[in-house]
This record gives sequence, structure tokens and C-alpha cells, in this order.
Amino acid sequence: MAAEDKQVVDFAKIKSTMSDPYKKPIQVIDENGKIVNQELFDRFSDDDLVNLMEKMVWERALHEQTMNFSRQGRLGFYAPTYGEEASEMGTASAMKKQDYLFPAYRDLPQLIQHGATVKEGYLWSKGHYQCYDYFREGVRAWIPQIIIGAQYVQAAGAALGIKKNGEKDTVAYAFTGDGGTSQGDFYEGVNFASSFQAPAVFFVQNNGWAISVPRNTQTAAETLAQKGVASGVPGTQVDGMDILATYLVAKDARDFAAAGNGPVLVETLTYRFGAHSSAGDDPSRYRTKEQEKPWFDRDPLIRLRKVLTDKKLWDQDKEDQLVAQYKDEFKQAMKDAEAAPKQKISDFLKHTFEVPTPDVAADIKKFEAKESK
Amino acid sequence: MAKLTYIKAITDGLDQVLQNDPKTLIFGEDVGKNGGVFRTTEGLQDKYGTDRVFDTPLAESGILGMSIGLSLTGWRPIPEIQFMGFTMEAVDSIGGQMSRNRFRSSGDISMPITIRTPFGGGTHTAELHGDSLEGLFIGIPGLRVVTPANPYDAKGMIIAAVENNDPVLFMENLKLYRSMKAEVPEGHYTVPLDKANVVREGSDITIVAYSAEVNEALKVADKLEKENISVEVIDLRSLSPIDDETIFASIDKTHKVVIAQEAQKMTGAGAKVAADIAEKDIMSLDAPIGRVAAPDSIFPFAMAENDWLPDADDIEDKVREILNY
Repeated sequence: MAAEDKQVVDFAKIKSTMSDPYKKPIQVIDENGKIVNQELFDRFSDDDLVNLMEKMVWERALHEQTMNFSRQGRLGFYAPTYGEEASEMGTASAMKKQDYLFPAYRDLPQLIQHGATVKEGYLWSKGHYQCYDYFREGVRAWIPQIIIGAQYVQAAGAALGIKKNGEKDTVAYAFTGDGGTSQGDFYEGVNFASSFQAPAVFFVQNNGWAISVPRNTQTAAETLAQKGVASGVPGTQVDGMDILATYLVAKDARDFAAAGNGPVLVETLTYRFGAHSSAGDDPSRYRTKEQEKPWFDRDPLIRLRKVLTDKKLWDQDKEDQLVAQYKDEFKQAMKDAEAAPKQKISDFLKHTFEVPTPDVAADIKKFEAKESK
Repeated sequence: MAKLTYIKAITDGLDQVLQNDPKTLIFGEDVGKNGGVFRTTEGLQDKYGTDRVFDTPLAESGILGMSIGLSLTGWRPIPEIQFMGFTMEAVDSIGGQMSRNRFRSSGDISMPITIRTPFGGGTHTAELHGDSLEGLFIGIPGLRVVTPANPYDAKGMIIAAVENNDPVLFMENLKLYRSMKAEVPEGHYTVPLDKANVVREGSDITIVAYSAEVNEALKVADKLEKENISVEVIDLRSLSPIDDETIFASIDKTHKVVIAQEAQKMTGAGAKVAADIAEKDIMSLDAPIGRVAAPDSIFPFAMAENDWLPDADDIEDKVREILNY
């Protein structure tokens, strides 16, 4: 064969530089509350800043109250959102009412911001069919997806549907986590949306952990933002503990997709402060306090609280009052959820097919007789 | 009335639904310019344009996942999965997602998706092209699974499937595509998705079959007629749900039944038919339920297909055994 001492392709160089364009997380305020990009910061009015802070306080209060309910045995499956407030509320704040939301199971806060109710969120956790009443109420949001990645292929289809319907200024908005990027459906969804140049905005909330498996086991790629590039989809990283940066990036991504430029992929760098779920996951089995510490220092509420306090737009009393008010609302939502009617198996059967099959029809009769007793 | 092959009858039915409902979309691998690898969608992109009939990237889960998103935004998708073996890549979209959406939404959201897919042995294809995988899907609540056995039903059932508001898995038999030709009415007509069909009346024994096995059963009926044995043949057409009423009416008359399928005995629709008879109409029988099916191995290497697939001889042997019980 030809001389083997000279490389034709420098794969080592390609490998060491291929992530470069994607690993510059955008940041507006750093973890010490220092404004690191004044120009971007100045885009926000005082009201905007307070509004974003209130949303994060709302999400954290929701998490705390929900964990309380969970400890009291009043809920079923719940995926804690503690630590991800900037990532979730920053992205949700860029969404418009007409957008189709495809959440994953940790995305109840975005779903509620989009129009579902806290009561519906609690019913979802408890396992009651009225959790999806928001479809009927016209909220353009799909179910909190359990099958990792399935929401991505569905979002691609909705984005194509939006395009075919000729709906202007409308996108499909999909969420998954770092683990989700390993699933085949993740790539198929991004690639299908790209192939059809459909208006989809794909978010990867990289919170570091897929239950116990760390981000680095998912892939040797240095960023998850670059996962779009193979299918022709631009991506970026953003500091997902900085709600100002997250909002701005989400808004740019949405604008880009809504303008007909095809899909976008955004990786928010965040952290799951708590357990994977309320059902017995114990993070101390797979990560140390030392590993967690730097992330707790990046708490998204700390930095914006400092900025707002410095600007005399915020104080602890105001926050305490808000938290108390939100928690009262969540307690009422839980009461409403607990007052939901007993579910009928006959209703489930009636909603299995539009026209019941003979076997289903026989079961409807059987259960209706039981239920009327 | 024109004489059409089974495949052309399906094309004709698809033409009808594209014409009647502007929200219908046909998409999949090679279905556009190429008209499908079997030409089932031939000419439809020329007639209805690339917005309505189009190719997709090569990924089955993507194709069926996309169908769900399209349904949510008001479309009526008719995706093609190029061969039924490839549905293995998309089982979540079918069983984990689209079949559950009416239930999840308490009836508010329907998924009017018709998944067309060819299957069936005897054409010596590569692996995972000919397998009868209906057994994987008939156990999914919320999903209809149907398969026509002749050109008339093929057209009427594809139209009914697309017009139905629940997801339908529409299985097209590869061997029948061009081997069968029959008179097919022009224009719009439907064949019910949940009714079996008595394709030949008889009084001594009932053969319940579906897809290509219906033709094998008819061969047996022809042969035995010469011996004055009168065989009734029922084409199931719908594998989920099963039309027990038609089957029970027949065995109440013949008192003997043989169930024939191309799938392995451990899967397919035959076991459900046998269970329904055993549960609800066993006293009509004066002999055990006879079953004809492929052996429980993996679908065979192509050169051995004809030795593996159940055919008219196998059905005849079983019919004689049950008649002489």
C-alpha cells in the first residue's frame, strides 16, 4: 500500500475542535450576581426582571409544596424541578399561546405556564383522567411524555402540520433532558423537522443526570448543542442557571424557527438539585456533596435575587409573601384535585375506540352495571 | 366495472380518499416520485402534489411519530411502513402513543392514522420483509388491525380505514398484490372494518382464515366439494376486533371449525378466535377446534419458505381430521 506514515485526514484535530462552535454558553449574569453582559441585561425592563424572578419563585414554591404533598402520600409520580427554575421558566417565557408544547415528565411548570392548571398537574401525578382536561380547554400542549424521546418525533410532525396549515408565528416547542439525547427518537425528531424545514424548537435541559447516569456516559460529544449539526440544525449552549440568558436564547430560537428557517436546538446547562423522582431515588448513591456544591452555588434564584435587591426591586418580605400566596394556591389546587370524581372504568372503555368493538361494548355494559350499584 | 389487481385496488382507494378529503396525507419511504417500492402509490404524487404525497427520511419511528404530530394539528395521515418487519422500529409510536390518545384525552383527541404495510410469505424476500407480525399488534387496545384478502375488499377497506377516526394498521399481502385480479367498482365505497365475510357457504365444516390463507381455504373447499363435503369459508378481514357473530353463526350450522393462519401458531389471530369460540360457543362444536398455522420457528430463510408456510394441503389434512373425529 501507499506510504502509511502520512495522514490524509487529521482526525485527531477534527475531534479536538469539532465542539468549539457550540461550547460558549451564553450568560448575562454570573453566579455571583454580577452582570457580565450589560448590553443584553439592558434589554430587560424592571418589570421584566421582576416578572422573571416571580416565575422562578413560583416554580420553587411549587416544587416545595409538591414535595410536601408527596411526603404526605397525597401524590403519585412526581419529578422534582428544584434547581431547574431558570431553564424551565426562561424557555417557557419565550413561548406564545399559539405554540404547541411537547413536554417531558419534568416539565409540568412549563405546561402550567402554557395554560394547564396546577390541579391538572396534581391529577396527572395522582393518575386521574381529568389531568388532560387542558386539551378541551384549548391549551396547545401535549402530554408530559413518559417515553424518553417520543415527544421529539411528535413535535417534528406537529411542526410540519403547522407549516402545512400555513399558521404564522407558531412553532412546536419540545423538551427533553441530557439522557433523552441518546434516544433514537431524539435524532429522528430533529432530523425530520430539519428535512421538512419545519418550525420546531428543541430544548435539551442538561441537568447532568439521567437518574443515576451522568451526562458523560450519555455521549463523548463535548456538548449536546452540537447534536443538531449532523442533521443541519443550528444549536447553542446557554447558562441554564441564568434566566435572562435562557429567555433571550429561547426567544431567538423561537423567532428563527417561526420565521421559516427550520428547527433549532438549545442546550440549557442546569442541574437537578434533588432526586430523579419522588419515588425513592437517592442521589447520595451516585454523586457526592462535593460534586453538588458548585452547582448549588449557581442556584438561579440567588443571582437574580441579588441583582434585583441591588436595584431595590426586590426584598425578602416580598418574596416571603409571594411564596405564602403561591403555596395557598397550590393547597387549594390539591383540595380541588382531591375532590375529583371517582373514575369510571366504563368511561375508559368508551374512550378506547370511537365506536366500541363488540368486546369493549360488552365490557362497558358490565362495568356500567357495577358502577350503578 | 374494471378488473383490478389487489395492489391497483388499493391505489384506487387511496386516490379516492386523497380526492375526497383535502386533509389526507400519504408519506413514507419511496412513496413519492417512485410510487412506493411496489408502486402502490404510483401516480398519486403527480396527481395531488408533493404537499399531499411525499417522501420522508428513512426512519420508521420518525414516520409514525410524525403522524401523531400531524394528527394533533388537524391532518389525516396515511403513512406507509415499507415492510411490516420494519414496524419493529416504531412499536412505541403505535402501542405507546397513537393508540392511547383517545383514551388519554377522554375522547377529545382522535388519531385518524392509517398505517399501510405489506407482509406475508411466499415471495422469497430478504429477512423481516415477509413476517406476519399481526400478533404483536392485535393485543393493543385502541388499535384496529385489518387485512383484506381480495381486490374488492382491499379498496373498500382502505377507504374505510382512512375514514375511520381511530388508528388502523392496514396489512397488505405481498403475494396477493399482483397474483389476484377481480372486479372492483369505480368511485367511493366502503367495506366495514369489523365484519368478517362468509366468502363461501357450506354446511359440513367452517374454515376461518385471513389474508392469503383465505385462498388456500377456498382451494380446499373446491376440492372437497367433489367428494360432496360442503365447506364454509370465512374471511376474518378484521384481526382486531374479531367478528365473533359471523363465526358463531357459521359454527352453529356446521358444528366443526378449522382456523387457518400464515403466522406461527404462538402468534397471529387464530388463538383469539379459538379462545372466543371456546369461551362463548363451545357447545356448538362436536369436534375439537382445528388449527393450521406455521411452526413456531423464526420466519424461514427465503429458499425454505414454501416448506414452512401452511398451504391448502395442510388445511385439507386438518379439515379431514376434524371431519373424521
